[in-house]
Amino acid sequence: MSDATITLEVTRYRPGHDREPHPQSFEVPFQKDWVVLDALNHIKDRIDGTLSYRWSCRMGVCGSCGMMVNGVPKLTCAAFLRDYRPGPIRVEPLANFPVIRDLVIALDDFMEKLRRVKPWIIRAEEKPVSEGEYRQTPAQLETYKQFSMCINCMLCYAACPVYGLAPAFVGPAAIALAYRYNLDSRDEGYRLREPVMSDAVGVWECTFVGECSVVCPKGVDPAAAIQRSKLAGATDWLLSMVMPWGGRR
Amino acid sequence: MATRKTSEPFWWLLFAAGGMVAALLVPVHLLVNGLAVPLGWTSISHARMLALAGHPLVKLYLFVLIALPLYHWAHRFRFVLEDLGLHGWRTPIAILCYGGAVAGTVATLWVLWGI
Repeated sequence: MSDATITLEVTRYRPGHDREPHPQSFEVPFQKDWVVLDALNHIKDRIDGTLSYRWSCRMGVCGSCGMMVNGVPKLTCAAFLRDYRPGPIRVEPLANFPVIRDLVIALDDFMEKLRRVKPWIIRAEEKPVSEGEYRQTPAQLETYKQFSMCINCMLCYAACPVYGLAPAFVGPAAIALAYRYNLDSRDEGYRLREPVMSDAVGVWECTFVGECSVVCPKGVDPAAAIQRSKLAGATDWLLSMVMPWGGRR
Repeated sequence: MATRKTSEPFWWLLFAAGGMVAALLVPVHLLVNGLAVPLGWTSISHARMLALAGHPLVKLYLFVLIALPLYHWAHRFRFVLEDLGLHGWRTPIAILCYGGAVAGTVATLWVLWGI
């Protein structure tokens, strides 16, 4: 391996110490099989142990290591240094979220929204375990499968200009997950999720920029989930106008 | 969290319908009325077209063709302005955009009425 290096400009912010976030440059060895997360781990292990960031699985499953790499939301475990040569590479905390320290952002807002859409299977009546499992055909699985690939990495929130401007927006991942359960043949929770989805800060806040689907590392299409939910919401609205006594799907 | 009533589904339906018209019908008229007739690829006299436009069903068609895409524009333009950072001006922007579309609808009705 050559002794080539590449520079990372990493955002630092230590509360009570720094007045505001500022970049700090680190020179790290350039290895062609290294990702940005490897470079951050190198910095923490060898150069500056005070650097803070989240990571866990380093294989695109846990969704913890999302950061802005050269201004684009990325899982740093999947962002190869070689794609950013000759550098420098700007590494910043995910946009649109409050920063706790260095590259660590506060997830409370997203977690609250996630809970609000009830992303689990809801049954009007649970059948006893003795009656067996809820069966599903491969075709029924296929209808929602891509939306179930979400790993809650929040890259879509960092990419969404609407969330940046109107933080009350329920947002792409939460809506995609609500839609995933709405599509599930075993689920009966559509009406319970509807008040959140059809709210002014639900699907209607989306201006269809579509960046959420562009940055998703798992191939989920939250923009499609939102637009299709708009159609469902508009149909509900139309039925309630035509049949005010209870025209519902 | 309490849910807020919203008029968005109404505007979105008009936006969606206008998008369909803009995508499917407007190109046909651009080709026929914008290119084929002026460039002489086909000859339809003004008098004949006017007579055609006088038929109630054609009037209805023209109304849909002209009015609905206005709402498509209004919705999209409103969102563009908001995304450009004018988020604090949402209400005046919405009034201006949808108001413009409504004014266009009234103007369309007025012109079609006079044919």
